[in-house]
Amino acid sequence: MSMLVLEDVHTHYGKIEALHGVSVEVNKGEIVSLIGANGAGKTTLLMTVCGMPQASSGRIILEGRDITNEPTAQIMRSGLAIVPEGRRIFSGLTVEENLHMGGFFTSKSEIRKNQAHVYELFPRLKEREHQRAGTMSGGEQQMLAIGRALMSNPHMIILDEPSLGLAPLIIKQIFEIIGHLRDEGITVFLVEQNAHQALHLADRGYVLETGKIRLHDTGKNLLENPDVQNAYLGG
Amino acid sequence: MAANNMRHALFCAIVTLIISFPILGLSLEAKGVNITLSGAKTSTYVAIVLAAVAVFVFQIFRDTFMGALGKLPNLNPLAGREPMEQTKRVKLESWLLTGIVVFALFWPFLVSRGSVDLATLVLIYIMLALGLNVVVGLAGLLDLGYVAFYAVGAYTFALLSQYTGISFWMALPIGALLAGLTGMILGFPVLRLRGDYLAIVTLGFGEIIRILLNNWTTLTGGPNGIGGIPEPTLFGMEFGRRVKEEGNTSFHETFGIAYSGEHKVIFLYLIALVLAVITALIIRRFMRMPVGRAWEALREDEIAARSLGLSRTAVKLSAFTIGAFFAGFAGTVFASKQGFISPESFVFLESAIILAIVVLGGMGSQLGVILAAIAVTILPELAREFSEYRMLIFGAAMVLMMVWRPQGLLPVRRIQITLNKQG
Ligand SMILES: Nc1ncnc2c1ncn2[C@@H]1O[C@H](COP(=O)(O)OP(=O)(O)O)[C@@H](O)[C@H]1O
Ligand SMILES: [Mg+2]
Repeated sequence: MSMLVLEDVHTHYGKIEALHGVSVEVNKGEIVSLIGANGAGKTTLLMTVCGMPQASSGRIILEGRDITNEPTAQIMRSGLAIVPEGRRIFSGLTVEENLHMGGFFTSKSEIRKNQAHVYELFPRLKEREHQRAGTMSGGEQQMLAIGRALMSNPHMIILDEPSLGLAPLIIKQIFEIIGHLRDEGITVFLVEQNAHQALHLADRGYVLETGKIRLHDTGKNLLENPDVQNAYLGG
Repeated sequence: MAANNMRHALFCAIVTLIISFPILGLSLEAKGVNITLSGAKTSTYVAIVLAAVAVFVFQIFRDTFMGALGKLPNLNPLAGREPMEQTKRVKLESWLLTGIVVFALFWPFLVSRGSVDLATLVLIYIMLALGLNVVVGLAGLLDLGYVAFYAVGAYTFALLSQYTGISFWMALPIGALLAGLTGMILGFPVLRLRGDYLAIVTLGFGEIIRILLNNWTTLTGGPNGIGGIPEPTLFGMEFGRRVKEEGNTSFHETFGIAYSGEHKVIFLYLIALVLAVITALIIRRFMRMPVGRAWEALREDEIAARSLGLSRTAVKLSAFTIGAFFAGFAGTVFASKQGFISPESFVFLESAIILAIVVLGGMGSQLGVILAAIAVTILPELAREFSEYRMLIFGAAMVLMMVWRPQGLLPVRRIQITLNKQG
């Protein structure tokens, strides 16, 4: 059963084409990792799924529904959540307010339930509940970004470089949580520069190079692939 | 560095001379049908030169001076401390606001008629600024044409009273709703614009509305305006010496007291006070509702807000519409207070003053906005004895304020930006 399918997706920024016909499939319950160098188009791919920017051609299918031409607001209210690159938490709002923003389109009781769940996953956030989010450390902000995404009861969560700029210990914690999300039944689509850990965790992986998919295989096979080892795993 | 400073200071001094000489040093005098150009007294020329020297000296020591100004003790008792916890802060603000309102209820009975009249104007500005605060402070949309919605409210009442004889209380919701509707219609096409572009387009809209009012003479009376706008009544009681509307009674006769012009002024003030309180309460309610948080979220990070499923247009439009609604509210009160309105009351300067109140107030906090509205309305009045220099003093006060407290009187959230001095 596929959760998300991209078929020959092209995306443009003005006249410049950033994705040159990308096809990706993520099955329900999987963790799929997408790796690639800086500027390969990973963020563009994820944001295209969210409809900002919209694909200029090709098809995007989320849980059997064609979302290619849907507006962002509609896509993001239907079981999909994203932890954007650079976290993008609302730094002037408190931790709790940030979480409530994540559950904007759910009921009050759902918010209460999901908030408790997020605090269970990240006890640190509970301690900082009334603190302004911008005053927290990078790791805590990343936890908040993930927590906020979880507030909408997503079937699938997309993460764009969640480990960027974090200390190794925190990164380990974040990856543990991502594994835990899969155990809860949430499908995960993960973009990482940290290829080693990302492929280790993933069921399957894709390698993106200058707007095109170069390779796709199971996480294990990609880890052993000499080309991948040379280019992304430091030889 | 020093040479640079010197050159800059010289330049400023020369600009001062160039600007002041024709303005202060020359004057046009009408003698019969002829106009002659004459010079001023020697003392004026001395003053101009002294001013240029002062500018020169100030520019040379500018860095030291501005530095010292920044280090002035902060009069805000909350400033030095750690930011107060959100809930505590909100509570304190509520108490202070309640205190102000209670004081404002009794105050008009103790002061002169002129003061009460001015206070009514302050209250109208408070309503306007609270409304604009939603648009600029909370939603982060720079609206430079806010006065247009104020005009819609005022003209709605004026026209309806002229053509249908509507009362103030009927006109109040209609004026506000029409202004809100105008906001929605104007907002729809422009809210996809950002920052500067939005500011320019809204500025244009403000002017278009004013010019429309000025030129649609058959309907609006053009520059002559519309007069005879009725004052509010209290349960059918009028405050004039003689009853104008059939079926109404007069206040002083009903209560068997002597007629006094003060009753009307105080009554208008109290109405404005009640409406300002209602405005503040409704907006406060909005701020705590999810939609209020959505405004802030969209202002803070548009991409993040959209990625949570918020519709950019819907969120911005709601802020814009609500802001416009309260401008219409204030406009109706203004029309009733003045009894006469013309396009001259709705020029760009009004938008600028309301915006100044919001910025001075600290972009977001209601208490800040209220204090700023009082300061901005009263300051030019206090400076009235300086006659032609009052706008100058007002301007200087604003500049000092921005140097001393760039984040406004009571910033709603403490945004700390530190510039790196080395480099
Ligand atoms: N908003 C944008 N406007 C124009 N070009 C962009 C924009 N965002 C990204 N790009 C370009 O698209 C390409 C892919 O960028 P991106 O998707 O951010 O790569 P990655 O996330 O893999 O580092 C780059 O060449 C980048 O310069
Ligand atoms: Mg990226």
